Amino acid sequence: MSRVHDMGGRFGDGPVVPGAETDAVFAEEWHARALALTLAAAALGRWNLDISRHARECLSPSDYTAFSYYEIWLAALADLLVARGVVSRDELAGAAPEPSDLADRRLHAQAVAGVMARGGPVLRDGPAPRFAPGDRVKTRRPARNLEVAGGHTRLPGYAAGLLGVVERFHGCHIFPDAHAHDQGERPEPLYTVVFDAAEVWGTAEQPGDSVSCELWESYLEPVA
Amino acid sequence: MPHDLPDGAPPHSLLPPDPALRVKALETLLTRKGLVDPAALDEIIETYAHKVGPRNGAAVVARAWVDAAFRARLLADATAAVGEMGFAGRQGEHMVVVENTPEQHNMIVCTLCSCYPWPLLGIPPGWYKSDAYRARAVREPRAVLADFGVTLPEGQRVRVWDSTAEVRYLVLPMRPEGTDGMDETALAALVSRDAMVGTALVAAPA
Repeated sequence: MSRVHDMGGRFGDGPVVPGAETDAVFAEEWHARALALTLAAAALGRWNLDISRHARECLSPSDYTAFSYYEIWLAALADLLVARGVVSRDELAGAAPEPSDLADRRLHAQAVAGVMARGGPVLRDGPAPRFAPGDRVKTRRPARNLEVAGGHTRLPGYAAGLLGVVERFHGCHIFPDAHAHDQGERPEPLYTVVFDAAEVWGTAEQPGDSVSCELWESYLEPVA
Repeated sequence: MPHDLPDGAPPHSLLPPDPALRVKALETLLTRKGLVDPAALDEIIETYAHKVGPRNGAAVVARAWVDAAFRARLLADATAAVGEMGFAGRQGEHMVVVENTPEQHNMIVCTLCSCYPWPLLGIPPGWYKSDAYRARAVREPRAVLADFGVTLPEGQRVRVWDSTAEVRYLVLPMRPEGTDGMDETALAALVSRDAMVGTALVAAPA
C-alpha cells in the first residue's frame, strides 16, 4: 500500500554519515536556490504544504530513489506548477513565457521576514477528543488514505495495526489526508501515541525502548 | 531530448538533466513570468544560511539549565516559552521540548520526510534527511547512535519521536557535571546541534 517515502524501519540503507555543525547549511548553491524557490512559489497560494508534500511522495519510486533531497523538491515543484496551471509544459520545456495573472501575488523581498515569522499554524477548533492520555488504542491497518487511492496520510506503514498508548492530546489539527487533496481542513484531535519497540519490530534493541508518532483520531480505534 | 518525451511523462522530466541547470531554468522561467522576485530568494537564503540556526536552540537549552521557572514553562508549553526568547515561525508553529533524564534518552526523526524545528535549529543537516537515518532511527536507534559514536549508559531507555504531524521537537539534553559556575553563554557553547536532535550527548567541558 505504501509509497516510496514511507521508509521507517526499512533495511539496507547502510550507515548514517554524521556531519559537522560547521558544515555549510547548503552544500551547493543550487540547494539554496531550490529551497528558496519552493518557498517563494508556495507563497503564490496555489497549494498548501500538504499538497506539496504529496507531490514529492508522488514521484515515481525510481525517481525518488535516484534524486538527491533538493532534486526531489525541485521535481515536485515543477510537477505542481504544471498541475496547478501556473506554468505550462511548453514553458518548462523552454517555450517563451506567457504572462501570468498570479504576478500580483509575487513574494517580495521585504515581505520574506514577515511570512517566515508568521509560519502556518495548523491548530483549529474541532471536535472534542475521544481519547485521553493513558488510553490504550489500536492503529488502523493498513496505513492508507481512506478516500484517495495512494493519497497522502501520516500513519506510517510501520505503525499500522499496532497497540499503543495515548500520551498527549495536542488539540485539533488540520487533517492532512483531506488537506493534501483539496478537501478542506477537516480538523481532528491529534495525539502522541507511544508504542513499545518490541510491539513495532517484534524485538527491541533493549527492553523498554519505545517509538511514538503523532496520530490523528481517525487513525485510532479504542481497545477495551 | 525533453521534446521527445511522451505527453504522459512527468513535467519535471522536461527540465535539463543537471540539477543546477534545472533550478536555474525554473527560477528564470518563474522570474520572467513575474512570479518570483530573485531578491526574495536571496532574502530567504540569507535567513537560513546565516541567521536562523542551532545557536537559537542552544540558547534555549542553556536558559532551561539555569532558570528552573523557564524550564518548567518550556516543558509545559514550548511554543510559548521559546516565543519569550523571540523564536517562532515557519516549521516551529507547534513546539514540544522533550527532556533527557538518566532513565530516558530521546531521539527525533521524521520517517516520512524531513520535519525539523527550523526556528530553533535551522535547516536540517544532510544526515537527518538521509534515507539511512529516516529508515533506521525508528527501528534501531542504538545502532544509529553508534554511527554517531554515542553509547548510552546501561539501563537508560530510548524513546524515538517520529515527527508525523506539524509538532516540532527539540531534545533538552542533560546538563553535564562540572558546569555549576558557568553562565548561559558558556553553557550554550557546550550544546551541539546533534545533542538537540538526540544523536549526541553534551560532554562536560574539558
